[in-house]
Amino acid sequence: MSKDIKKEGLVSQFKPASEAENLTDIASLDGAEKERLKKSGIELSSAGRVGTFLQANCGVTKCECGIKGVELLPITEALKKYDGLKDYYWKLVEPEKDEFTHETASHLDNGYFIRVKAGEKVVYPLQTCLYIRHDKVAQRVHNIVIAEEGSDLHIISGCATHPNLTSALHIGISEFYVKKGARLTFTMVHNWGENVYVRPRTGIIVEEDGVFLSNYISLKGVRSIQSFPTARLVGPRALARFNSVMVAPEGTELDIGNRIILEAPDTKGEILSRTISYGGNIIARGHLVGKAPGIKAHLECNGLILAETGIIHAIPELEAHVGDVDMSHEAAVGKIAQEEIEYLMARGLSEEEATSTIVRGFLNVKIDGLPPELEAELEAVVNDSQKGI
Amino acid sequence: MLHIEDLWVEVHGKEVLKGINMHIDKGETHCLFGKNGSGKTTLLMTIMGFLGYKVKYGKMTFKGEDITYMPTNERARLGLGISFQRPPTLKGVKLRDMLRLCEKTENDGQRLAIEYGFDHFLERDVNLGFSGGEIKKSELLQLMAQQPDFTLLDEPESGVDIENLHVIGGIIKKLLQKDIHRNRQKSGLVITHTGFILNYVSADKGHVMLNGRMMCAGNPVDIFEGIQKYGYEECTKCQKI
Repeated sequence: MSKDIKKEGLVSQFKPASEAENLTDIASLDGAEKERLKKSGIELSSAGRVGTFLQANCGVTKCECGIKGVELLPITEALKKYDGLKDYYWKLVEPEKDEFTHETASHLDNGYFIRVKAGEKVVYPLQTCLYIRHDKVAQRVHNIVIAEEGSDLHIISGCATHPNLTSALHIGISEFYVKKGARLTFTMVHNWGENVYVRPRTGIIVEEDGVFLSNYISLKGVRSIQSFPTARLVGPRALARFNSVMVAPEGTELDIGNRIILEAPDTKGEILSRTISYGGNIIARGHLVGKAPGIKAHLECNGLILAETGIIHAIPELEAHVGDVDMSHEAAVGKIAQEEIEYLMARGLSEEEATSTIVRGFLNVKIDGLPPELEAELEAVVNDSQKGI
Repeated sequence: MLHIEDLWVEVHGKEVLKGINMHIDKGETHCLFGKNGSGKTTLLMTIMGFLGYKVKYGKMTFKGEDITYMPTNERARLGLGISFQRPPTLKGVKLRDMLRLCEKTENDGQRLAIEYGFDHFLERDVNLGFSGGEIKKSELLQLMAQQPDFTLLDEPESGVDIENLHVIGGIIKKLLQKDIHRNRQKSGLVITHTGFILNYVSADKGHVMLNGRMMCAGNPVDIFEGIQKYGYEECTKCQKI
């Protein structure tokens, strides 16, 4: 490792996932684990899903896809099959960026490779699950998703740790390629444990008329997540939208944001984040870079502080390199307005009921193209998270 | 039904209501007239018990219960309801959910929304991007679902176009049971500047408020005509009470 690599010293505190026992089949998961995965958006029966990828620690437990138009493989197999995936592997994320990319580049556990064939429009979502089952494990994952020309796919990714686990580290490298006219929706639910460190490193590239939609949901306590997916819009009229909903209970540190670089004319970018601190610390970042004429980009950060302690630090950034751009941002951080609570109290709700109604509304995720049953599922995740607080 | 006795109220440390007395019986609807800033909205907010409206002296009873210091939601459960003039936007809370929270009878909210041609708003966030008239309609539908025994209406006609005035007038008439003549149970207190409500609801009594004091009480139509003719100046001089 070169000397200038940023080092948190986290990696050395954990043991490689390869040293932990593997999960041979889904049936060996106990009830609490199943419940945990369900709350991360994962349907273990695969009902309503076109395919399932489940990795526990470093081993791939399930990797099945029901249609020919979608190729789903463990990344280790895809690397063998496609001669190292030269055009895609480590092309959007720099392997020597920091200790986490370095670690994954040199000690890969596994991850998924998904390729949707040109013109293939997949109705049901494909689900992927990265699960850490054992204590003190560092899971190092690399994922590559390729949406070929004119294809359409929704991926639901649930990430979780075993309910009894005390501490773990997840490193996830993800590279997304959205080709001409393709549409890729990526919904990620994080459901980590209280003493888990999470370091995703994500790069996205969107070509002409391509659409990348990201929905990110993290509602439970976690030691810390640091993530800053960056999308480059390189073809005219490409679009990227990031929609994040994050809750930080006491003891949780979230440093999460997105960057969209609008490099081609008439591209559009949108970053929306809603954060709630119940005593935890949140940095909500957003960075829009306009480099071509006719682009349109908007950034919105809304934060609610619902405890005496806790910090929400919104950092919205706009960077224009040419004149003919339309870029804007809004940011608002604070507590729930008293008049909203009183409005509901005047309809007969108690103060607690009024507060939770407003919070539920604040967290209400509006996701484009989500099947209604999944929308209901997500609503249930939001409602459940409310009960726990 | 509602009895107010020598009520003194402070808002942000400023004395706004100065010894209000009022009595509204079961089945009666009263109108409240007065210049901007005279304390009319403060009176409604105080009756509903909102924070920031501090009762310094006096007493309010509703259905015989002392409500002077009762929390807002308990007053609502006791049968008080209010239509807000400028309600806040509740992002992410659908009107459908809001009506469900209000309704006394299951599915009443949805039924009412359909009945009044407002069902295409059910999936919208409460008050987000609503026009003046849409806000009023949404407020009144919530009240219809809530079925309060006593309704407080703060300028229900403001921001409403002429076509919708008719619809809103009709809803208010129902809310206050002015469409029935026998055994009327519902009561109300309505703030109005334009007197429009008098075309739909036969109010039983009118009150004029100036500088936090009640100046006059009597036949609402007479009072409104007097105000139109001579302005509020005349009320200051008249002191009929």
